[in-house]
Amino acid sequence: MPGPKYPGFDTLALHAGHTPDATFGARAVPIYATTSYVFRDSEHAASLFNMERAGHVYSRISNPTVAVLEERVAALEGGVGAIATASGQAALHLAVATLMDAGSHIVASNSLYGGSHNLLGYTLRRFGIETTFVDPREPENFRRALRDNTRLVFGETLGNPGLDVLDIPAVAAIAHNAGLPLLVDSTFTTPWLMKPFAHGADLLYHSATKFLGGHGVAIGGVLVDSGRFDWETSGKFPQLTEPYAGFHGMDFEEESGTRAFLLRARREGLRDFGACMAPMTAFQILQGIETLHLRMPRHIENTRKVVAFLAAHEMVDSVGYPELPTHPDHALAGRLLPRGAGAVFSFDMKGGREAGRRFIESLRVFSHLANVGDAKSLVIHPASTTHYRMSDADLEKAGIGPGTVRLSVGLEDADDLTEDLGRALAAAKRGLKAG
Amino acid sequence: MDFAVDGRKAFAYTAAHAIDAAKPTIAFVHGAGLDHSWFGLQSRYFGYHGFNVLAVDLPGHGRSEGPPLESVEAMAEWVVRLLDAAKIDRAALVGHSMGALTVLECAARHPGRVTRIALLGMAYPMKVSEAFLEAARRNEQAAYDMDTIWGHAPQVPLGANPNPGMWMYGDNLARLARLAPNVLYTGLKACNDYAGGEASAAKLDCPVLFLVGSRDLMTPPRVAAAFVKAFKSAQTVLLPPSGHSLMAEAPDATLDALIDFLSTGTTP
Repeated sequence: MPGPKYPGFDTLALHAGHTPDATFGARAVPIYATTSYVFRDSEHAASLFNMERAGHVYSRISNPTVAVLEERVAALEGGVGAIATASGQAALHLAVATLMDAGSHIVASNSLYGGSHNLLGYTLRRFGIETTFVDPREPENFRRALRDNTRLVFGETLGNPGLDVLDIPAVAAIAHNAGLPLLVDSTFTTPWLMKPFAHGADLLYHSATKFLGGHGVAIGGVLVDSGRFDWETSGKFPQLTEPYAGFHGMDFEEESGTRAFLLRARREGLRDFGACMAPMTAFQILQGIETLHLRMPRHIENTRKVVAFLAAHEMVDSVGYPELPTHPDHALAGRLLPRGAGAVFSFDMKGGREAGRRFIESLRVFSHLANVGDAKSLVIHPASTTHYRMSDADLEKAGIGPGTVRLSVGLEDADDLTEDLGRALAAAKRGLKAG
Repeated sequence: MDFAVDGRKAFAYTAAHAIDAAKPTIAFVHGAGLDHSWFGLQSRYFGYHGFNVLAVDLPGHGRSEGPPLESVEAMAEWVVRLLDAAKIDRAALVGHSMGALTVLECAARHPGRVTRIALLGMAYPMKVSEAFLEAARRNEQAAYDMDTIWGHAPQVPLGANPNPGMWMYGDNLARLARLAPNVLYTGLKACNDYAGGEASAAKLDCPVLFLVGSRDLMTPPRVAAAFVKAFKSAQTVLLPPSGHSLMAEAPDATLDALIDFLSTGTTP
């Protein structure tokens, strides 16, 4: 007898987390533009504040529209729940602030989005949280950097901008052996390409600004918990396993082992740091998620055509895409990312910085800006934008050269994209000759 | 709060309150493969509203040391020994699914210790399909999938969770993933094997509440309705459109029904 069946990804992307409005029958997710919620009576109010009843009190803590997004992303990722935040950066900060205090230590991949590198390498250091950055290509590097005060292991599913594929099963095993959770930034892969929890990650977050929203109209983040990490057994997280004076002596792990992290993150992190998501933003990102399963295959299809075009072009020194046999993580990508290695990648042009400038300024379809994961194709020169605060040595460690160009391949006609790139590469070549 | 029962650590959630002999006590007993936090909202409410609460982790579940008990009768006796350890003479018992069978048996065996019982997600006989039992015996993922999908109303994966931002299926699967091998199987087999329901029901003189999810796939309303007749008297509250996981799917309605039932006639 066949067993019962879960709804498919496509169905969850459209329905999870939302019951059609009982009052007016609205099929779309309503935008609950309200700061607060009327209590039935004083007793009801007290019960909501004390977590004796489910519901909403104040939209910094939770909001019905935002809750739909949270539940939908949790469903797509296979988590116990999620918290939507003002940005992807706010999601990373919320995870860190929930898990540790001053004096703690993080081991992180050195192949990170520039903003994450800034937060971990500079800003959190001011608050007494240190990070050791390691080359993610060798998982043992994470183990070697562990200290007694380490509280988190962190990496990106696909490193930015070199597309290092994080060996999640290996790094998760190292983290778990040390009684630590593995957090991954899953922005580039989305749950359609990979579900990190299935490979051993414990926590993940998205910059929902990118592929989840998918249209470049809203900034947001989503932090998701697998509910699988045993905080009590680890013994390293008193924030979750001991009474918290800031919430009536609540022991979050005792309240619920599977929800402890999200309970504290919401009841302390959103309450006190306040980096919540606005309901309009949640609505916009939900519109994107409803077509995620349609957009991602097209992103991948277009990316493969663009990669093939560039790899064969005389003006291109190298293309860094994990599906190419020349990429150091080719085999790992085949194992962890069988549906595709994302739609953001970098290539190195001949001619260095000046050729890169000429190339970017000659493009017509690709837009030159600081974002990825849009339906429209995007281009940027990392050394002068996203990673400009990094030293040359750190840039080199992250695999970025002066002629490195990053593309985010959108949903246009692939022939128009390759034509645009061909024209711009020809312009760069003419510039070299003129020079 | 940790207790010692049969020489092993036994945990019961008390909503961060010390046991107070002057207060009435409610003990909550979870279903197969679950733990005290399945009653999270409801037990917390009573703990802050004048009751001692003992939301137990049965042996081998949650924070209580194992091994899991192999029969409903053994679980019923264990609950009484936990009350002894907590120095509680009389308590109202609230049970869900396997926990409902347990509190029924407990009330029949120890009428002097049990003031009233609330049976949530309850049917008798509580037969478990051969495919489910076999998958659980083999500790296969399929058993956890069946538990998750049949343990909630059909609309759950395509609807909103009353608890903001939480994904009910994911929470259930994460709980099951933490179980030691054979814990789910032992519980399911105990439910399947339990044969004392009608005799125990006929013995009861205490107030009985049935809380029934109208879309319960595991313990269907029609089976629950038939079993209600085995009691001298029992009150039934139907909670539409909940499935088997009433405390999560309809937390407020479940709490309101329990408040109505437990706030009268419950003495220390």
